[in-house]
Amino acid sequence: MSLVKIEGLCKSFGGLEVLRDISLDVERGEVIALIGKSGSGKSTFLRCINGLEQMNSGTIHVDAEPVEADERKLQKLRLKVGMIFQQFNLFPHLTALDNTALALRVVKNMSAAEARAVGLARLEKVGLGHRADSRPHQLSGGQQQRVAIARALAMDPVVLLCDEVTSALDPELVEEVLQVIRRLAEEGMTVIMVTHEMSFARSVCSRVVFMHEGRLHEMGHPEEVFGNPKTPELRQFLGQTASAATAE
Amino acid sequence: MIQSFDFSALSDYSDVVRHGVYITLLLITVGAALGLAVSILCVWARLFCPAWVRIAVTSYVEFVRNTPFLIQLFFIFFGLPQLGVSMSEMTAAIVAMAINLGAYGTEIVRAGVQATAKGQWEAATSLGMTRNQAFWRVVLMPALQKMWPTLSSQIVIVMMGSAVVSQIAVQDLTFAANFIQSRTFRAFEIYFVVTAIYIVLAALVRLALRLIGRWVLATGEVP
Repeated sequence: MSLVKIEGLCKSFGGLEVLRDISLDVERGEVIALIGKSGSGKSTFLRCINGLEQMNSGTIHVDAEPVEADERKLQKLRLKVGMIFQQFNLFPHLTALDNTALALRVVKNMSAAEARAVGLARLEKVGLGHRADSRPHQLSGGQQQRVAIARALAMDPVVLLCDEVTSALDPELVEEVLQVIRRLAEEGMTVIMVTHEMSFARSVCSRVVFMHEGRLHEMGHPEEVFGNPKTPELRQFLGQTASAATAE
Repeated sequence: MIQSFDFSALSDYSDVVRHGVYITLLLITVGAALGLAVSILCVWARLFCPAWVRIAVTSYVEFVRNTPFLIQLFFIFFGLPQLGVSMSEMTAAIVAMAINLGAYGTEIVRAGVQATAKGQWEAATSLGMTRNQAFWRVVLMPALQKMWPTLSSQIVIVMMGSAVVSQIAVQDLTFAANFIQSRTFRAFEIYFVVTAIYIVLAALVRLALRLIGRWVLATGEVP
């Protein structure tokens, strides 16, 4: 069975249909880029996978564990699913190390020493072992996002969800975060990411999924999707992002 | 007629004043600690308890905010014994202050929790925490940090309000003033001195609260 298996996922906010009958299988070790215009449902789709948004119908399984509304079951599922946000969402009153260690203590009941060791190891993995005692506001945006990645990794998830993780960053800080994700991908981590970084999607991702009006409109290998888009919507979308890139 | 002031008449009563200062400080220290605990528990209850508890908490807050402190105090000290709940005047004073601060504090802490970005709850629950764990470990501390200046002001307001506990014969600073005045008839002098002492006490309590904020809550480091 696929690591992440999504079947017939539908979601609407009030009368507005945001996701329409989405099915997707993600194999272990795949890196999936979700692209599309804003409002096409990418983030909502991602947030359904760890239950931050409740679906109206359909099923999602992660590592054979179903996504359900019940808080206890969701909690168990979320141990397998790491999530990284556009706005980092670090805990402002805790140091970088305590940010990575808190859930280990509270959720996994590790001892303080054990949690610190794991937290520090993950901070070192993202190149921030030397900033363990810094508070979030003392770190740059790129460093904050790397701490957020370390925090998610500390829980040993089987899949990482990344929701526009570089969109809130200054351009010169984007690369350091992408590098961390690139390295994770090379080590075999399964990643599903909503992104506007087309060159990153092209060079790192194993599959690119183009969403349009709440549907999976076109997907395939990056060379195929970027080199030979089949639908007019994707062609138009890629044309816009290309002209935006040249305009910059 | 110009009257000369005689502060020396007060010197015989310095022990009474000192005891009054001690009682007033004791009242606000214990009352504030209990009141803050009540505030936090009420905010927690409003988020996590069944509807009837939430309604009870809301009623409590509205009841306290819309009645005079003196009436609350009399109700606890004179009214409750009829229901078989009697307590010493000191206990009654502390309970009244804790209940009073608790109601205003609930609204203040709640504002801090509501101002917390949704992303904090999402980040915590995404890591596998329950919403209850997220409240205690992630959301509460920054909310208290944000609202600490407002909470501090409220604590000083309650301390000033504590003057009325002299009405149930708690021997606080105001009680001392009234006592000395009735003995010496030096009303101007004694109330002048006691006013000055209240100002100093308020300044000290504000300073103490700022230090608590800095050390316990680390408010100095909040961006």
